[in-house]
Formats: sequence, structure tokens, C-alpha cells
Amino acid sequence: MAKMTKEEVRQTKDWMKTEEYKELNFQRKSIVINPERACQPLGAVLCSAGFEGTMPFIHGSHGCVAYYRNNLSRHFREPIAAVSTSLTEDGAVFGGQANGFEGFKNCLNLYKPKMFAISTTCMTEVIGDDLGAIVNNARAKGFLPEDVPAPYANTPSFVGSHIDGYDNMLAAIIDTLGVKSESVSDVINIIPGFDTTTGNINEIKRLLTIMKVPYLVIADYSNTLDSPLNGEYKLYNEGATTLEDTKNCVNNKATIALQKFSTKKTLALLADKFKQEAKAVKSPVGIQFTDEFLMKVSEITGKEIPKEIEDERGRAVDSMTDAQQYIHGKKFAIFGDPDILTGLTSYLLEMGGIPKYVLCSNGNEEFKNDVEALLKEYGCDEGEVYIDKDLWHLHSLVMTGPVDMLIGPSHGKFVAREAGVPHIRLGYPIFDRVNIHRYPFYAYSGVINLTTWIVNKFIEIADETSDDAHFELLR
Amino acid sequence: MAINIKESEEIVEDVLSIYPEKPRKNRQEHIGVNKKDACGSCVAKSNLKSLPGVMTPRGCAYAGSKGVVWGPVKDVINISHGPIGCGHYSWGTRRNLANGVPGVENFMPFQFTTDFRERDIVFGGDKKLEQAIHELKGLFPTTKGFVVESECPIGLIGDDIEAVAKKTSADLNTTVIPVRCEGFRGVSQSLGHHIANDSIRDYVVGSGKLDDSQKTKYDVAILGDYNIGGDVWASMKVITEMGLNVIAHWSGDGSIEEMRITHEVNYILLHCYRSMNYISNYYNEKYGIPWIEYNFFGPTKIKESIRKIAALFDEHIQEQSEKVIEKYEPKMQAVIDKYRPRLEGKKVMILVGGLRPRHIVGAYEDLGMQVVSAAYEFAHDDDYERTTKQLEDGAIIADDLNEHEFIELAHRLKPDLVASGIKEKYVFQKMGIPFRQMHSWDYSGPYHGYDGFEIFAKDMDLAINSPSWKFVKPSWKK
Repeated sequence: MAKMTKEEVRQTKDWMKTEEYKELNFQRKSIVINPERACQPLGAVLCSAGFEGTMPFIHGSHGCVAYYRNNLSRHFREPIAAVSTSLTEDGAVFGGQANGFEGFKNCLNLYKPKMFAISTTCMTEVIGDDLGAIVNNARAKGFLPEDVPAPYANTPSFVGSHIDGYDNMLAAIIDTLGVKSESVSDVINIIPGFDTTTGNINEIKRLLTIMKVPYLVIADYSNTLDSPLNGEYKLYNEGATTLEDTKNCVNNKATIALQKFSTKKTLALLADKFKQEAKAVKSPVGIQFTDEFLMKVSEITGKEIPKEIEDERGRAVDSMTDAQQYIHGKKFAIFGDPDILTGLTSYLLEMGGIPKYVLCSNGNEEFKNDVEALLKEYGCDEGEVYIDKDLWHLHSLVMTGPVDMLIGPSHGKFVAREAGVPHIRLGYPIFDRVNIHRYPFYAYSGVINLTTWIVNKFIEIADETSDDAHFELLR
Repeated sequence: MAINIKESEEIVEDVLSIYPEKPRKNRQEHIGVNKKDACGSCVAKSNLKSLPGVMTPRGCAYAGSKGVVWGPVKDVINISHGPIGCGHYSWGTRRNLANGVPGVENFMPFQFTTDFRERDIVFGGDKKLEQAIHELKGLFPTTKGFVVESECPIGLIGDDIEAVAKKTSADLNTTVIPVRCEGFRGVSQSLGHHIANDSIRDYVVGSGKLDDSQKTKYDVAILGDYNIGGDVWASMKVITEMGLNVIAHWSGDGSIEEMRITHEVNYILLHCYRSMNYISNYYNEKYGIPWIEYNFFGPTKIKESIRKIAALFDEHIQEQSEKVIEKYEPKMQAVIDKYRPRLEGKKVMILVGGLRPRHIVGAYEDLGMQVVSAAYEFAHDDDYERTTKQLEDGAIIADDLNEHEFIELAHRLKPDLVASGIKEKYVFQKMGIPFRQMHSWDYSGPYHGYDGFEIFAKDMDLAINSPSWKFVKPSWKK
């Protein structure tokens, strides 16, 4: 085959930026190109990292586990522990129970977990291994001591995404450990959801402490996945949710989830089985949703929102009004997980920005309705919401209807480069910037951070692209 | 300083003492102490199943086929066939750099997946795959073909991807290559390399032609260089300066067009033996093309390799090659003079895939560093045969070294540097031990060739001698 000429290459490239190409691109049904979506067991591993002494135990090939560990390590720049049952071809034929038994035994011997958090992979789902039976048989045969809980969740990769894996694992853990008692405590549970920004969790804890609200973060990996470097490696870091607290969490006053799409099953479990008030708030991104979160906390606990927080809010609003001129009327393409996108849409609208494309590879109709309602509330008729679409769809959108900035995980960088627009990293995964996950984009501090990142980026571009006459000291 | 064999043996025994009898017997066979004249498999048994429930560093056959061998071929579309995860995790995470306009000449920045859902598992995915290939051909008409990499469910639900490949190939007049690299096959990435090599054999080898007028007696192919951080470009620079003509390089910055004409070369130069010895042997058997292993890490090994390669050719090449060595030697000496005093005597522990634990030893030694242990994720007997000769007596050699063993060995060997992968990086850094990722060159590179050595030396120095390590202990606790 003859090599393409430069002209032919250019023509092809140009064609990919056309309306005609966009139409073709949106017609495809059987191939997904650059989706911002990972698989369920990854979420199960993340969730497990939030529990004391817990080893994620994945029933399947060790290749899967290598991928989850790599992926999470690259984002957090932290060690990620997880084991598999190392199933191979004979496991596919005879089932994986024998490997499960041996896996429990070896893992207990080497890593001494206080709990196994068991999830599955495609392989064990397809061959139909029964996790409940494996766990029960392992207990009966002495491979799994009675005092080591072993919650298990089915997390097939061909259903849902990483956010569902998180939810399924969390529900299994609470279902297994939770013991209902007569008394109800004053504590409120906070469930972060699939949120890989440890700074967000810390920020919420800080606010609740200021409000003097007794709280328990369930699946708290804000310390375990942001552990200090002090010369000692700990397989199980301090600061995760304890098993004792998890056992009792079902007797706490209420549960507030900070994401709704990654906690549906868990909240239903708490409400239906444990009769707890369990609700999700909108992820507290921007002023409005943060206000709502704090009011919800106040409503449940009876604690007032103190002046200290009101002042913080005032500073955040101050930072917005100081800088809103740089965002007002600017168009954004945002992508990533659904709850983060809903929050981010709200924040951008508060700043007068236009969330032109809100694209979610793992969002559903409910998500679409939520975001569309927000757009309507602000009278933003330019915003478009796309669910079950990927970043190659986003490429077509951005090439045919330009935006000023992309906000989302690292994978968006290829679209941003093609479009020649800046890309602020937010969400999961972030592989190509350091420390972003340590900075909250939640609550009032998050408003200041988002404003700082977005506005300064626009100002930097103004500086980099202006001629001498317009290269001004004042911005 | 020489390593004490007896001490090393005691360390191994001590580390393994945590295991009950059965797993201990298993692991004993995989960890040994080097003696240069020992047979490789006597030191460490390999390519066997991992223990369930331990943190093995290994990946799967899909990772070997898609991630390693086929993934870097830039002018074809690699389809991760099955559920969403595998393609997602292997998307852009191996740093196989490639030239070419993205989406037209180069599909490396993409992740293509058939994204299996429950209905595909139940009803089968052959129709979906067929339609996917049609859709892709419409959206990316310049692609030179499709490689379909099967994920676990494909083999379990009995899909016939070979039939789909045959049909779509005929319908669209293009190349469609089915690769049966389901993750449950074999015990590690290694079988995936083999499966991918076999698919190249069956669908690519000999399918192109190099015009006679373009042929020279110096035509070679580079195999087993994945262009991590630009490795193959640094290697080609040296090989080209020797006067040789690189017709094809696999698979880093590689193309199927080059793979098709590889049978026209006179010699195959093989860098990663583990992942591409299969196809090299096939070229030898079918076309009588000799292949030769070389090592482009560090000036000592580069010089040896240049001479070994040059010896295959005429005096002209040999003279040119000596000139290349002469040209770079002062530069390399300057690098060594700069860094060796900062690195002399530093101890290194290595755990990488199937080649580097032996191949990179010389580069460390050029800097005065000592490799005290070398471990592989997925090597075979023939790799260990080659390894014993490269390491000092008393160095610990390990196969499928798990995280527990690695940490325990480190506690005892007290390395100044650990050279391994992303899963291991932060474990050792938390321990206050400097670390370099040696799969991805830790986002640096190239490390191959003369240009690479300078970067390698700089990176090892910055890892070990970074002032930041001084702050691990608080000032009030020192």
C-alpha cells in the first residue's frame, strides 16, 4: 500500500473535524472509542481501601488485579494492596473454589487481614462461581476463620462501571458487618462515594468538625491513600474506617452520601434493611450545593451553621465575584463521573460559565435530567448533556462547536490538544499532574480552588498569547 | 564488594521461613542464590503458576499481547474485545512513543473497545465485533488493519472471532487479525507474547514485498524494542551510524507495513528476547534469517553488542562500527566521570519483566553500582540461563517475586535503589528507599543506546541523591 502523502493525511485529519464526520461518529453502535469509564472491580478495590486492615480479594486472574493496582497507584501515587485467586485455564473448567481456599490461606499467612473484601471479575462471573458457597465452604473447612469477616460482592465488568463496583462492595461490607441495635447514636455517617480526591473528604471532615457534628466517614481512604512518608511501609495504613465503627454505623442517626450514582445500592440497604435515614445530597461543588449540604447536616443534627463557616462562604463568594469576569460567557466541555459533573455544572453556572458539553460515559437518564434541570434553572440554553458517550464523541463535538476549556480526567488531554484549548484536570484518573487529588474541589474551599485553577489558566493563556502591546501587568 | 554466598542463602531461607511447608516448598524453587556456573533453572524455576492470594507482580496474557506486542503497532487499530476494563487500563500506560498524525497514521492515543454488556455475554459478541470493525473502517479509513484482542469472556462464551476476522477481512478488503489472548490463559503476560507472536506468524509474516532495487546487504530489523520513552530511536541512531539499514522495527513506533516486509532483511537484531524470540525463530526456520541478541543498556554492553553485530557483516561495517565506538567513548566516559563518584558502591534490587533484570545489570555496573538481587515477573528457563552469567556470585535471583518477599529481602539487603514497577514504587518510597520505575523509565527515557545511558545515569543519580530523602525522619527525631 502506498504511503499517504502529507496532503492526504491533512485532508483526512480535516475531514475528522467536520459536521459530516460528527454525524458518522454519532451513528456508531458497536464500538466505543476512548470512554472515560473503568470496570466494577476497580471501584471495589477503592472502596476496600477505606476499611481498617482490609485486603481486597478479587476472584479471578491476577492480570485484572495488576491493572487495578497500577491504575489506582498512578492516580494517588500511593501503594495499592490487592490480591487475586490467580485463576488460570483449569479454573475456568473446574471452577475457582480450590484457588479461593488456597488464596485465603496464603493471604492470611502473609498479610494478616482483619477483613477480606471479595469481588469478582468477568471470568468468575461468566463461569458462574458462587461466592457465597466458596466463603461458606472455606469457613466450614477451616480456610477462613470465623473472626475474619469476608463480605463479597458480584462486580462483573460487563455491567455498569467503577462507580457501581464501589457501591456493590460498600453495600456488601455494611450488610455483612452491620449489626442493628436498639439505641440510635448522634453520629451521622458520611459516604464519599467513588471520589478519588482525598482533599474532598478531608474538607468535609473539617467542616463537620467546625460544626461540632459527630460523624463517621464510611470507606474513609483519605488517610490510607494519602499516607505519610516516614520510612515505614504499612500494608494497612491508619485512619481507615474501623470494622467496629462499620458494625455500628447502621445505628447512627443518619447517612449522607456525597454522591448519588455511586451509592444507590448502599443507601437502599441502609434505608430498607437497617431503617436508617439515608440520603444522597448533590455533590457539594459550588456555593449552592455546599449550602444545601450544610443545611442538610444542620437539619439532621440540629446544629447551627456557625459564623466561622459563614465567613468561609463569604470568602468563597468574594473569590468568585473577584474573578467571575474571566469565566462569564466562557464555554466548557466537561466529562467524567456523573456526580462530579452535576456539581461542576452547578459551579460553572454560578460563575456565569456555559457548560456547553456535559459528557458522561457512565451516566444514565436520571443524571441527564439532573443536569438539564440545572441548565434550565440558569436559563442556559446552550448546554448539551450526553450520556453513554465517549471522548471520541467529545472530539467531534468540540471540533464542530468550539469551547474555551475542557475540565475532566487526564484522558481528555488528547481532545484538548486537538482543539488547542486548556484542560483542567479533575476527577478520576489523573495520571499526568501531581497532587491535584490533595486539593478539594468540594465546599467553599473547593470554590476557591476551582476558581483559582480555571481563571489563572485563562490569564496565563492571555499572557502567553498576547503581543507586546497587550502584555499587561494588570489582569 | 563481593557478595557473600552463604549470607545470601541465609537471607533467602529466612525470608521463606514465614511460609508453611507447602507454599515454602513452592517458593523455595523460585528463589535462589547466583553462581555464575550454575544452570539457570537450578537457581530458579519459572513460568509456573503463581500462588493464589499473594501479591504477585504478574499480569495476564491480554497484557502480553495487547499491552506489549501488538499495542505499539501504530498503523493498525487494536480492538480490546470484551468488557470495558482491560482496554481502559492498558490505554496509554506503557509509554510506547510513536510518530505519525493521531487518528490517521497513528492510533496509539486511542482506546477501542467493543464494551461488552450483559446481553453480549448471553447472546455472544460476534455480530457486534463484525459491526464494530465496519464502523471503525468508516471512521478511520486510513487504518492498515485491525487486531482483535480477546478478553476473558470471549474464550469462555465460545465466540468465533476467527470467523469474524475472516469475513470482515474479505468484506472490507483489509487485514483483521484475531488474537486469542484471554487473560486466563497461561500464568503471566508471557503466554500473551507467544500468542501475539503466533498471530503475527499466521497473518503478517511474508505478506509484503521490498522492491529489489531497495534492498541492500546491510538490511536489518530490530525486534523487541518497544520504544519506551523513545528507546528505539536512540537504538536506531547507533545502528544506523554503524552503516546498517533498519528496514523494520517491532513493535515500538512500529507499523504493520514494516512487519510485512521483515522477511526481506538479512539479520534480525533482537533486544527483548523474552517477548519476541518466537517470531525470530520462525523467521530463521522459514527464511533462514539469523537473529542475534544484543544489549543496548550502558556503554560496556553497547560496545560488546556493536562488535557482535558488526561481526556478522563485512569490513566496511566493522570499520564504521569501531568509529561509532570511538566517537561515543569520550562522551560516555564524561558521563561516567560525572556520575560514578556519586553512585559508586550503591546497591540495587531489580524486579522487572522478562529481560531487563539481566540486561540492565551492565549499565548499573558501568556506574559502579552493584546489583544484589534480580527478579523477574514472567521469565522462563532460557532467561535464567542468561541471567546467572550476568550477575555476581551471591546475588539473589527470584522468579515471580511477590510483594511480601520483595519487602523482606529489602529489609535484609538494604538496597540504595529499588528498580521495579508502579505497583512497587510507592511501597519502597514509603520505606525511604529511592526507586525508579524500570518498565516505564519513570516517565523519562530513553535508556537505550548511547543517548539513553546519559539519561539513565542522570536518573539513577537524581533518584538516589535527591536531597528530599534527607527529610524522611523529622529533625527532632534524628
